[in-house]
Amino acid sequence: MIQDLLLTAPFTFLSAMAIIAMVVDALIKNSARITFLFSVITLIVSGILAIGTFGQHGIGFNGMISGGGFSSYFDVLFSVGGLLTIFAARSYLQREGIEHDEFYSLILFAIGGMMLIGHSNNLLTLFIGIEIMSVVFYILSGYMRSSIASVESSLKYFLLGAFSTGFLVYGMALIYGATGSMDYGHISMNISRGALPLGSLLPIGIALMVIGLSFKAAAFPFHQWAPDVYQGAPTIVTAFMSTAGKAAAFVAFMPIVMVLMPAAPAKLQMTFAVLSAATMLIGNISALAQTNIKRMLAFSSVAHAGYLMMGLVSGSQAGYSGILFYLTSYMFMQIGSFIIVGLLERRGEEHLQISDYAGLSKKYPVLAAFMAIFMFSLAGIPPFAGFFGKYYLFSAAIDAGFLWLTVIAVFSSIISVYFYIGLIVKMYFNEPEKEMPDTEFGLSGISLFITIAGVIILGIMPSGILSIANAIFGHSTH
Amino acid sequence: MPHTDSAGLLLLPLFLPLLGFLSILFIDRAQEKAIKYVTLIFSMLTFFASLPLWFMFNDGLDGFQFYTNISWIPSLDAGFRTGIDGMSLLLVVLTTFIMPISILASFEAIGKRQKEYYAMMLLLEFGMLGVFVSLDTMLFYVFWELILIPMYFLIGIWGGKDRIYAAVKFFLYTLVGSLLMLIAIVWMGLYAKWTPGGHFTTDFLILKQLAPGIPLDIQIWLFLAFALSFCIKVPLFPFHTWLPDAHVQAPTAGSVILAGVLLKMGTYGLIRFNLELFPQSLHLFAQPLAWLSVIGIIYGALVAMVQTDIKKLVAYSSVSHLGFVVLGIVSVTPEGLQGAIIQMVNHGLSTGMLFLCVGVLYERRHTREIGDFGGITKVMPKFAVMFTIAMMASVGLPGLNGFIGEYLTLFGSFQSKFLNNPWFSIFSASGVIFAAVYLLWMFQRVMFGTNDNPKNHTLTDLTKSEYWQLVPLVIFIVWIGVYPKTFLSRSELYAQTLVGSIEKTVFGTSAYPKIKAIEVDASGIKKAEH
Repeated sequence: MIQDLLLTAPFTFLSAMAIIAMVVDALIKNSARITFLFSVITLIVSGILAIGTFGQHGIGFNGMISGGGFSSYFDVLFSVGGLLTIFAARSYLQREGIEHDEFYSLILFAIGGMMLIGHSNNLLTLFIGIEIMSVVFYILSGYMRSSIASVESSLKYFLLGAFSTGFLVYGMALIYGATGSMDYGHISMNISRGALPLGSLLPIGIALMVIGLSFKAAAFPFHQWAPDVYQGAPTIVTAFMSTAGKAAAFVAFMPIVMVLMPAAPAKLQMTFAVLSAATMLIGNISALAQTNIKRMLAFSSVAHAGYLMMGLVSGSQAGYSGILFYLTSYMFMQIGSFIIVGLLERRGEEHLQISDYAGLSKKYPVLAAFMAIFMFSLAGIPPFAGFFGKYYLFSAAIDAGFLWLTVIAVFSSIISVYFYIGLIVKMYFNEPEKEMPDTEFGLSGISLFITIAGVIILGIMPSGILSIANAIFGHSTH
Repeated sequence: MPHTDSAGLLLLPLFLPLLGFLSILFIDRAQEKAIKYVTLIFSMLTFFASLPLWFMFNDGLDGFQFYTNISWIPSLDAGFRTGIDGMSLLLVVLTTFIMPISILASFEAIGKRQKEYYAMMLLLEFGMLGVFVSLDTMLFYVFWELILIPMYFLIGIWGGKDRIYAAVKFFLYTLVGSLLMLIAIVWMGLYAKWTPGGHFTTDFLILKQLAPGIPLDIQIWLFLAFALSFCIKVPLFPFHTWLPDAHVQAPTAGSVILAGVLLKMGTYGLIRFNLELFPQSLHLFAQPLAWLSVIGIIYGALVAMVQTDIKKLVAYSSVSHLGFVVLGIVSVTPEGLQGAIIQMVNHGLSTGMLFLCVGVLYERRHTREIGDFGGITKVMPKFAVMFTIAMMASVGLPGLNGFIGEYLTLFGSFQSKFLNNPWFSIFSASGVIFAAVYLLWMFQRVMFGTNDNPKNHTLTDLTKSEYWQLVPLVIFIVWIGVYPKTFLSRSELYAQTLVGSIEKTVFGTSAYPKIKAIEVDASGIKKAEH
């Protein structure tokens, strides 16, 4: 029992603290300040715990939960994502007048769900993790209660999300029927032995699960919710959902693909390759036409799900390492750009048009320079983090024999450059059309500093994260 | 074998501009004078730091010198690998030489957002030097793309009327080429992994050993991916359309750098990657590339002839002149190759100088239309001398630098085994005549005739600063024209060795290299030549 708890220390600690935080805001009025500090400490401690348990590979709670390595890394990543979000959220929520007490405990719950996804070693725990995270997202996206767009976003997300959960559960049920187990290890063993009582159900089960998870990752053709939800949700929530949320979807995807890939390697690879190609093309082409910056970033986030899927296509150590690196760098660049959007936005609607950013570099040279770096990084221009992420994924895909997919990825990157540098054109080359508001950085400054440092350091010195990734996947894929 | 002696000497000029860039970021933007002078000092320091390379470079050694290999991304075997040979030495020194001049030329011309401007200039210099010294495909690619960012801002913020269009066009054109090159780079790294006992690598020297083993049908695609990227940068006809836009819109210093150094990255890449890595494919594509260069030479010249904007005229003349360089490269003869290398330097000096002269006129009159000028010689006698030299160098007058380069490339292509067709030289030679036509005609309309436009009566002659920007260029233009051996001897062994190895791969035998490299034994002691 003690061993089990140690293995999952970051996750269990965080969940316990989330419950305490919830109780605290029920008991104390205007407790936002307290829960904020409480959450910061919780996230830092669970991050440290995760680093501490990195080397302790193992399975606990009767095979339901795994720990160490893979799960520890993502525990850290989710904690960092949470910290970046709540630092930026404090001033944002105050500016928008929606700093209700429960925000921070909700973020903690969402992270708890994500961590559970990373720790799951069983389809049931995976499902519980995904649901905890999703329910919090449904609430958070409607957090700006007075805004119709926000409420609409929440409702849309909830209805479609619930529908996709149906696919997921049904898929899990069929896989259970086909392989006779919910446990990753047993499923994998039964598939490799060919000991499948109802083998014909397996492909349907896999297909349904891929649909359910693709929805969470906002991959084509299950991406339609993303632009509306990302646009309507409060900007900081969007930052969190589109990075940590996407990371969680891929954290769920990776072990599932590792387990199920041997059932039909060629077919699954081809399925993911087609999904990936379509996702990046649709995402980037749709982003070209956007005039709202949040919507543009939403479509670009769809496209990035496409790049990430290239790692699943390859199904190799290099591919999974590429996903891990890309998710890490994506977290920094995407949260960073949304923080800047949040800093300039007023009352949920104003200053969200791309044309509002005209001449931004005159009034805010530093913000504009940061935004430019995030855009270059998202576009995959070296020496920023986004470039190396793409490099690893491209190289993994070519190594797996998917040169055509890489060529499509290259062309869709070129399309994406057009709208990423379009924003830079606005900020630097055009004259201001509209006076941008004065803004207080507050604690957002910390998040911005961390994100920009992350984008530059990961770009110049990518080897640290990459060797961690190789250690993780060298251990779990053979 | 790379030579690692005094490798630190190469890192100093490489990192000085980066250091300068970082220092500029910490200077308050109101301190415009400080920013200007810090930039100038850093670029001068970089130039002086590159001089020891020139003097300590050993012409007789085969392979790269001042070689450094520092581990960077171990799991991909990507390293910080730098070194120079006879070709890159010339380009490195050309870059460090042109930069202070262009920075000086910006002092008066750039009025807004000086902090960003000078920071971008130094970042650009860092990127360009990086491209010429990288011996690792990953590092090369990072530097190659790094240049896009400052150049994009230089055109887009400080450019002319259609600057945004030109900047975006420049960015997208270059990126299309370089992303295909990226696939080729990744593929080659994977090829190293697929060989028995191999691992993924981006080490240029290892890839160079492995490259001949790649099956020819794949080699062709790799060759094309690299060639496309470089030909866009050169730019070779028909990929040249971004160039006139970028040149015309860029500020004067931007044009000088673009013509002086940036375009050379394309021709440098052709030699470094396409020639060194894929000789067999080169044999297949030498003729088509030569035809494109001949078309470029003639087309560029004809289009230049009908321009009414002086800057556009010079821009199209670049298309024409770079055609000679590519022709020299694909001729694969020591003369052609050396001609191409020296022509890269020449074009940097003479076209850079022409752009500076156009800038001088533009500063005074804020127009570049040929029709707005006439009889300028009378009011600006000093300027007239400088402009004449630049123009004559560009025409290829014997005694000035352009002649040497064009002569060698034509000579090389005439006797080339790869092209095996004298018509390439015959057609291209007409480009020299056309160059004389459009440049002399432009010169006559601008400088001679009657000065009947009242606005041109009161033009002031060259200022001291402008004068000293041009004088160093004149010195080298004359030096290369009169005694090219100083510069040709640098790349002689490199050119002969490269031609020798290509001919051995393609034809089985080769008469080259005719000069013998100094042998270095394991203990590093150089043995005398036999």
